[in-house]
Amino acid sequence: MVILSERTMKVTHSTDSVFINLGPVHPSTHGVFRMRAHVDGEVITEIEPIFGYLHRGIEKLAEGKSYRQIIPLTDRLDYVSSMTNNLAYCMAVEKLAGIEVPERAVYIRVIMSELQRILSHLLGIGSFFNDMGTFFTPFFYMFVQKEKITDLLEMVSGQRLLYNYMRFGGVSHDLPDTFLPALNRFLREMPAEIDKYEHLLNENEIVLARSKNVGVISREMAINSSVSGPVLRATGVNWDIRKVDPYSYYDLFDFDVPVGTKGDCYDRYRVRIEELRQSLRILEQAISKLPAGRVLNPVPLRFRPPAGEAYSHVESNKGELGFHVISDGSDKPYRLHVRAPSLLNLSALREMLIGWKLADAIIIFGSIDICLGEVDR
Amino acid sequence: MTTQLNSENIATIIQKHISSSDYYFENNTVVVDPSQMITICQVLKTTPGIELDYLSSITAVDYLDYFELVYLFYSIVHNHCLTMKVRCPDKKNPSLPSITSLYNGANFQEREIYDLFGISFTSHPKLNRIFLWEGFHGHPLRKDYESDS
Repeated sequence: MVILSERTMKVTHSTDSVFINLGPVHPSTHGVFRMRAHVDGEVITEIEPIFGYLHRGIEKLAEGKSYRQIIPLTDRLDYVSSMTNNLAYCMAVEKLAGIEVPERAVYIRVIMSELQRILSHLLGIGSFFNDMGTFFTPFFYMFVQKEKITDLLEMVSGQRLLYNYMRFGGVSHDLPDTFLPALNRFLREMPAEIDKYEHLLNENEIVLARSKNVGVISREMAINSSVSGPVLRATGVNWDIRKVDPYSYYDLFDFDVPVGTKGDCYDRYRVRIEELRQSLRILEQAISKLPAGRVLNPVPLRFRPPAGEAYSHVESNKGELGFHVISDGSDKPYRLHVRAPSLLNLSALREMLIGWKLADAIIIFGSIDICLGEVDR
Repeated sequence: MTTQLNSENIATIIQKHISSSDYYFENNTVVVDPSQMITICQVLKTTPGIELDYLSSITAVDYLDYFELVYLFYSIVHNHCLTMKVRCPDKKNPSLPSITSLYNGANFQEREIYDLFGISFTSHPKLNRIFLWEGFHGHPLRKDYESDS
């Protein structure tokens, strides 16, 4: 009698390289994204990311619109961080035209972008665990809180996804009376929620086995590949635009920049979780300092900034989001370029994936947390 | 605060490597001749005290007479930045050297510029369209682009 395991052991395997196509429509790609993978057995030997399925030509569309008409377009870049996109674009145009922003509006902008950061990180972490196989359980714990932020942002803007809230010289409306009590309620209950996530996930055996030391990227490789945001900080690089090049009074806030040590998937998750706490700290300080006054220095509807160029960047939820605006003195930008963190975070994808099994590829890709609306623009 | 590198500072470093006719300064922005841009990137990336090791972004602009590429570099260690501009006057067959060998982050951005502006980058590892499909006619971000529809 031949024991099956012995028989299989005697077979000398030589596997051909197999080409596998992942996507464009696949639940783990968080949009429309395709990877052409060559695998030897289960191990990835070569991978090529293919994107552009969501390319709407936003940079080209912007050349035909007035400066203010572009604000709604920026909503549609990374559609889970519309507030941050609005902020980055408005800051670039304000820099170009020398527009002052009232103090109250700056604080409101900080509150909005930190709420947006919490929202985006909750979705990023939740879907990362979805990819890992903890199907929708952690995701819905996070979705409950995400829903409360959506309600808050709806209060100020009237929208639940694409807010179109910021304007050159401030924000479109002042905070409604119901906003601050609701935000305070959220801030009171959120720390316990984050503790709950960490209690459930940090030491979970499956999470540790599947994300520790998986998808490691070195500090040097991350810097060389222009990676930014939590992916860069997970490798141990202390680089947060809010600290290194402060905007919107971020230098007046007391917060820490969490960094990782190894640059693996687990570090990226931990950096994001810790950033939730830091965002709560910033929010608390912003509420206590929030001054009274105007929220908008009005700018003419079709205003013409002087000819010239300006680049302005913010620490978006995914990384460094920059807008390069070039004006020829007319009411439309001559050129608008978006420095999209999601696109550049993919630069290191090949190095992260080669040598890992196909099942790990899904997790590694999920841990980068990209938004295809921003990759393709 | 990320500080802008001083132009005199940069000039003393790069004049040892390239002749002064190949570069000049416009408000702390260095404008480089395409033939010397690889040398300059190499020098600025490795010189101690400068170490511009992070390529933030590349913006291409179509100025009717020429294409201009705006490179923005940071130094993670020293927290300073430098803007470099390269101009490409040949509008028929625009071509520039690729800096992908020095900065891996340039790979996708150069492919994007190739796709949308039609500027080809010599010695790029894999220069093909990144957003639009192969067979797409023209380069949409050029000012003289006219769509078929």
